[in-house]
Amino acid sequence: MRREIPLLITGIVGVVFVISYFIPHFPFNMMDGWFSDWFSIIQACAIVLGALNLLLISSQKIIRRKTDWGYSIVVMATFFLMIIAGFSGGVEFRGPDTTFTWLYNFTFMPLSSTMYAILAFFVASASYRAFRARNAEATLLLGAAFFVMIGRVPIGDLITGFMPEGARLSDLTGWIMDYPQTAGQRAIMIGIALGLVSTSLRVILGIERSHLGGDS
Amino acid sequence: MNRRMIEMSILAVITILSIIAYLGKINGWHNGYTFSTGLSITLIILLAASVIFILVLTIKGKLIGRRIVFLYIGIAITLPLFMDISQEIVVSNDVKAVYADLEGLPAGSKILVSFDYDPASAPELQPMAEAFIGECFKRDFKLIMMGLWPMGPQQANMAVDTIMNRMGLTDQDIIYGEDWVNLGFQTGDVFVIQRMGGSFESMFHTDINGRPYQDIPLVKNIKNFSNIDYSFNLSAGFPGTVEWVQVGVDRYGLKLSCGNTAVQAPTVYPYLKAGQLSGLIGGMNDGAAFEKLTQLEGKATKFMLSQSFSHLIIIAFIFIGNVAYFRTGRKSALKK
Repeated sequence: MRREIPLLITGIVGVVFVISYFIPHFPFNMMDGWFSDWFSIIQACAIVLGALNLLLISSQKIIRRKTDWGYSIVVMATFFLMIIAGFSGGVEFRGPDTTFTWLYNFTFMPLSSTMYAILAFFVASASYRAFRARNAEATLLLGAAFFVMIGRVPIGDLITGFMPEGARLSDLTGWIMDYPQTAGQRAIMIGIALGLVSTSLRVILGIERSHLGGDS
Repeated sequence: MNRRMIEMSILAVITILSIIAYLGKINGWHNGYTFSTGLSITLIILLAASVIFILVLTIKGKLIGRRIVFLYIGIAITLPLFMDISQEIVVSNDVKAVYADLEGLPAGSKILVSFDYDPASAPELQPMAEAFIGECFKRDFKLIMMGLWPMGPQQANMAVDTIMNRMGLTDQDIIYGEDWVNLGFQTGDVFVIQRMGGSFESMFHTDINGRPYQDIPLVKNIKNFSNIDYSFNLSAGFPGTVEWVQVGVDRYGLKLSCGNTAVQAPTVYPYLKAGQLSGLIGGMNDGAAFEKLTQLEGKATKFMLSQSFSHLIIIAFIFIGNVAYFRTGRKSALKK
């Protein structure tokens, strides 16, 4: 029964969602609403579960003095700091003058932005070391990257400012994005969609069971 | 002094200078540093000359390490922040389409704005959010904000505060609950959009401050997407623009345009070209273009010079990398 019940729930929910898309009337619209609400509830619980898991892993790392356990202290300290700041602010903890907002604006926001901004350095370094004209396809990609990178910033049009409108770098970039790039994206999306449909059908029909865990 | 010590010392000096410059600015010792045009041009020439020097070294077989690339990227991003060089921002048709949509809406139109990003993507998306909100306030549109990402609504509040300060608006000019409302975050990803198609209230019983939905004048008569005139999605990934198109647009007929990070923008082009999206602001360049249209120049416009420089430096190093590749007989012999 440990496998049959989850398979039954998956099958019923999947079938209801598919039918309610095409027949958005009673009783399918009502069932669609129920299942959507349940999804939100389960996801909200998963957030709590994730937070507890983070605490568990971090505390175990500190107790057992594993590699980089010092960082786990920082994780736990900042975790509790944000929780205390949030709860102390009451319902309006995200208001303009709360401790939570101050911490968010002046620590979390700049730190997150910095982490993401560091990517610029790694992208540049990786491009320098790996972006090679090894063969015809790679050279084509290199050429497209060159035109898009230079055409997506104002300096591209400054360089080709002498050329007539419609033949400048921004226009070439626009053409690359509108046609070859969109065609490639469409091909990828159609492929993914077909794969998704077949996988969903396998899950709904109970053929695919890997999401239940175990070997079956 | 070994190499690591030298690197640490340089970093410490830069940090101390930055702190002194920052303290000087907040204490009124100076009004921020701006290079003169002559100094800016000199620095650009020196930078270009040094890149050419690296190219010559590479041709001679002397390869550079990644630390040099990091250094040049750092220079290309930071130096333009002090330069007073203006650039002509080109406005793409996709950005014009977003602006044209706003121009076509009558005053009092209700616009749903979903903030589906977090602070990591804020440097790209926050300027778009501010310009969009500012333009809506100018045109007396009513904004209903929400987020499918936990930190989205916080970003929305920040954007509103910033743009109201910049435009000199007060809480009496733009009234919360009447001119704009922040409904907050709701878990459920794509299912939130699906449920909103039936009832907004079923997903957002209260606003971000815990005020009941029926007590908010702006939204109490809004049942679902049929009461929304236009929508705008700021997205940095999943759930985001793609999900809004697949459910909000395709299933419920929502009129949608979006602002995306430059990395994500290519994925929504098929929807844009199919007419499911009416406009797109993609990346900081388009953000600057939208600021130009709205005449609300902000951070996107200010940082475009840094973006231009960094793109040029990356292109230069890709070229140098390829020279090294062919110079060393197509072997990846670059220093780590």
